[in-house]
Amino acid sequence: MSTISPTTQAISDSALDKPRTGTWDGGNEPFNASYGKLMMWFFLLSDAFTFAAFLTTYGLIRHRYLPYTGSPEAFEFSTAYWPIPEKVFNSFPGLHGVDLPLAFVALMTMILIFSSVTMVLAVEAGQRFDKKDVQKWLLWTILFGTVFVSCQAWEWSHFIGGTDEGTLMNDGTRFFGANLAVNQYGPVLFADLFFFITGFHGTHVFSGICLLIYCFIATTNGTFEKRGHYEMVEKIGLYWHFVDLVWVFVFTFFYLV
Amino acid sequence: MPAHAGEIPKPNTAWIWKTFWIITAITALEFLIAFVMPSSTMRNSIFIILTIFKAFFIVAEFMHLKHETKGLIWTIMIPMGLLIWLLVALITEGNAIHEAIF
Repeated sequence: MSTISPTTQAISDSALDKPRTGTWDGGNEPFNASYGKLMMWFFLLSDAFTFAAFLTTYGLIRHRYLPYTGSPEAFEFSTAYWPIPEKVFNSFPGLHGVDLPLAFVALMTMILIFSSVTMVLAVEAGQRFDKKDVQKWLLWTILFGTVFVSCQAWEWSHFIGGTDEGTLMNDGTRFFGANLAVNQYGPVLFADLFFFITGFHGTHVFSGICLLIYCFIATTNGTFEKRGHYEMVEKIGLYWHFVDLVWVFVFTFFYLV
Repeated sequence: MPAHAGEIPKPNTAWIWKTFWIITAITALEFLIAFVMPSSTMRNSIFIILTIFKAFFIVAEFMHLKHETKGLIWTIMIPMGLLIWLLVALITEGNAIHEAIF
């Protein structure tokens, strides 16, 4: 027996029950983008501000110090001037003592760009509801991301450990490598900026890997299939491309310029 | 949802690989310039222009921004454009500190 009171009947007949279609009452999606994607874009915009602040700070501090003006061949580490990046980052794992300027960082850049490609392929597979392909490309992305973070770990340990010769400091002692208070490559802030910029980026890559692992598990469990869309892969894809994008700028402003 | 379960359309990936090769070529070019050209303002400008090219391909194609609505594109691009002012202002500031010290 139905016991619906006249009042309830009146409400369910009202406009509240009908789907909303107007522009301003939630009837459509602003910018034709879903809530989640839009929020990811805004988050990435704010994150871009943080990275831009880091790189701008690098620019300010670099211009504040003396540049190295001699010939590149005669370059020696000194705390008196800003070092030439290709003289600092010139080693490669397993090739001790070989001068390979920027080779390792170029390899890292390619690994991250390639992980971006496998990420788009995962997004594309998701739009086709090809579960196997989504899994495959997510795994490749996780693999390349992990390789990138491992490369960065090697780069950090090499940077912290220093060169065989070290640098003769102002107080007459020889210093090897770098920490936040003193380093053999140049002004203190050079190493500080290296740690903060590449560290903040590396943290982003690490977070990205965690999100991708979640995506892989959810795909395997069929969560996205049941939901009817693979939008989560697209949103995390946006984040992953952003991390790649930031690296493109770090590569230019920290290593090339 | 797919029209029929178990029926998966063929992948359409040509544009992804095309974008990848463009970005790879630009990175290779940057790497080459780093060695054949002595450091100068000119070289730095080339690096920055090439970086913006790369950024364009990543944002427009991989992040699909090119295919979003104009409103979303401008919502992202205008605040990013303002950062150029931050960069110019603070590098000028850095030069001023440099002048004051040395």
